Amino acid sequence: MNEILEKKQLNPTVKLMVINSPLMAKKAKPGQFVIVRVDEKGERIPLTIADYDGEKGTVTIIFQEVGMSTKKLGTLDVGDKLHDFVGPLGKPVEFSKDTKRVLAIGGGVGVAPLYPKVKMLNKNGVSIDSIIGGRSAEYVILEDEMRAVSDNLYITTDDGSKGRKGFVTDVLKELIEKGNKYDEVIAIGPLIMMKMVCRITKEYNIPTMVSMNPIMIDGTGMCGGCRVTVDGETKFACVDGPAFDGFKVDFDEAMRRQNMYKDMEKKALEKYEHECKLGGILNG
Amino acid sequence: MANMSLKKVQMPEQDPNVRNKNFKEVALGYEENMAVEEAERCIQCKNQPCVSGCPVHVQIPDFIKQIANRNFEGAYQKIKETNNLPAICGRVCPQESQCESVCTRGKKGEPVAIGRLERFAADWHMRNKEDKVEALKKNGRKVAVIGSGPAGLSCAGDLAKMGYDTTIFEAFHTPGGVLMYGIPEFRLPKEIVQKEIDSLKKLGVKIETNMVIGKILTIDDLFEMGYEAVFIGTGAGLPKFMGIPGENLNGVYSANEFLTRINLMKAYDFPNHPTPVKVGKKVAVVGGGNVAMDAARSAKRMGADEVYIVYRRSEEEMPARLEEIHHAKEEGIIFKLLTNPVRVIGDESGNVKGIECVNMVLGEPDQSGRRRPIEEKGSEHVIEVDTVIIAIGQSPNPLITSTTEGLEKQKWGGIIVNEDTLETSRKGVFAGGDAVTGAATVILAMGAGKKAAASIHKFLSEK
Repeated sequence: MNEILEKKQLNPTVKLMVINSPLMAKKAKPGQFVIVRVDEKGERIPLTIADYDGEKGTVTIIFQEVGMSTKKLGTLDVGDKLHDFVGPLGKPVEFSKDTKRVLAIGGGVGVAPLYPKVKMLNKNGVSIDSIIGGRSAEYVILEDEMRAVSDNLYITTDDGSKGRKGFVTDVLKELIEKGNKYDEVIAIGPLIMMKMVCRITKEYNIPTMVSMNPIMIDGTGMCGGCRVTVDGETKFACVDGPAFDGFKVDFDEAMRRQNMYKDMEKKALEKYEHECKLGGILNG
Repeated sequence: MANMSLKKVQMPEQDPNVRNKNFKEVALGYEENMAVEEAERCIQCKNQPCVSGCPVHVQIPDFIKQIANRNFEGAYQKIKETNNLPAICGRVCPQESQCESVCTRGKKGEPVAIGRLERFAADWHMRNKEDKVEALKKNGRKVAVIGSGPAGLSCAGDLAKMGYDTTIFEAFHTPGGVLMYGIPEFRLPKEIVQKEIDSLKKLGVKIETNMVIGKILTIDDLFEMGYEAVFIGTGAGLPKFMGIPGENLNGVYSANEFLTRINLMKAYDFPNHPTPVKVGKKVAVVGGGNVAMDAARSAKRMGADEVYIVYRRSEEEMPARLEEIHHAKEEGIIFKLLTNPVRVIGDESGNVKGIECVNMVLGEPDQSGRRRPIEEKGSEHVIEVDTVIIAIGQSPNPLITSTTEGLEKQKWGGIIVNEDTLETSRKGVFAGGDAVTGAATVILAMGAGKKAAASIHKFLSEK
């Protein structure tokens, strides 16, 4: 259980791991997530379930190395075990039967949670256009996977090193202005990206689903650390979400809450990197 | 000859001004001679009211007699016959409203310090004896226990003693429930909880952590896997918020989140433990129960200069234990009574900078028998704080009830059971503790766990 069966570097900061977890693989559905603890003292961090295979008994996670815990996780190798691996958590996403055509938008590592939803829609005969973006060419992930489940795939990079130069929202605008009709938009990525997407889709009144990524501890609804305001009401993203109606989410509040521990996160990372260097000197 | 002193033998404690800066245990426990001296205050009365005052009916005069005779291990074994977790109960039970409230010696003077003596016997055993591994006769029948808090642990312990192949499923990475994530180290050292859990494992109880029942497995799955009965002891872990403006500002915590970060994730040892927690210089804890006291005293230990308990009724109505209120005051916690928050105020970057409160006056008693607090018009005032912790109660988590068909629950979320057998509306499914009653005490949950184990045994024997 919890053994890493496969590890892939998707780009300079993003890694994929296939984890042996038969029970979870059987229950997982698109939209759900896991909580991981790397080692005995570790913090609990939420990560998206990017893929799962009930027959093989595997669950795939994709994560960006942004701080101490994700960096530490990145140092584990095939054959290592995750100390704790909890899930599947959160509500699976649901789509109406009338959904025939969807525009899927993924920014950065947000393509990872986007992929299982698109894969499921594609399997159900829904027609999909996808826009995926990244800072530059090497930050665009899951291109082949997304292409395989999309009718049309558009790529954007901030610097133009791959696909077209600009933001995912630029392509979104063009597609709508071209007259493309979508029953629904799914947007997953940085909060600011999701906010901008919603600003555009609201103008055209296209229902838009977003997936929130607030700070979490338990992931089971017992603390409220992950609360978000949706339609003026407090919701717990770990049990009521993480997917919500993008028009109703208070993104500004979410952005503020996400930065609550920035200074402490930096301190934990510095300590970890310092110890890594020391370890290198002592061992090397 | 009994010791006729009207007062309990004092228990040594850390000095308030030292302990409010560390997370070490406040009460240090009796030494052998103190325990013997206190044990001699028990007059071994015939009617033994103390035993019926104990939710799990520990044979109190019997174990106390053993302590008086300096047979400390004998005392421990006597307690263990009925209580699976004595080191915990001796520390956190509200003895003043249970065993000690009916002690004959309490009619004139202070009652016998039953809790302290129980704790002494359990600690003495942990220090001096190895748990014997008893070869228990197995009956080959499987029972699942959901939740490893006091109800689940106690139920599983009794089932294992009866020969059942018992597995506990726990959602967190560490078993213990509120004993681990809720009650702080300075009241209940986690090492002690761990030892009590280890002694259950020696009885053959299996514990599967990281298993969120309702998600990874449902109760129906458990029956399919061959479990013949299920006990639900999932507690009341869903935090209530006040629903006032500003509650989602940075710096507002539920007590559950605050205490989980500190106790379970050991955020007081940041960055050695990487889970962060933010405690400002001035902290307001809203509520008057034990959870509020725990949160306030933890905040003080995290370095806050001023910590307020903000409570809408008066001290008399506070649900917290007297001892905890007393300890909190000694440690410098400031009580703002008859005060109710109406709004959390933030600065321009969204951090808490104060709470607006109103004064309350007490009116007629309400349904709970406590006098209803009524807002005093025009009494709005602001308390400057940079952290707010909401500790106004918890309700049962709906994860299990929402994923189990045919499991009836109360409007407020509690699972409905037959009070005599603790059986739910689903055959073979039993429930007890806070999941049934709403937030109550450790010992009541343990009592329910024991009762359910007996019912499960009866149910399976007749099956």
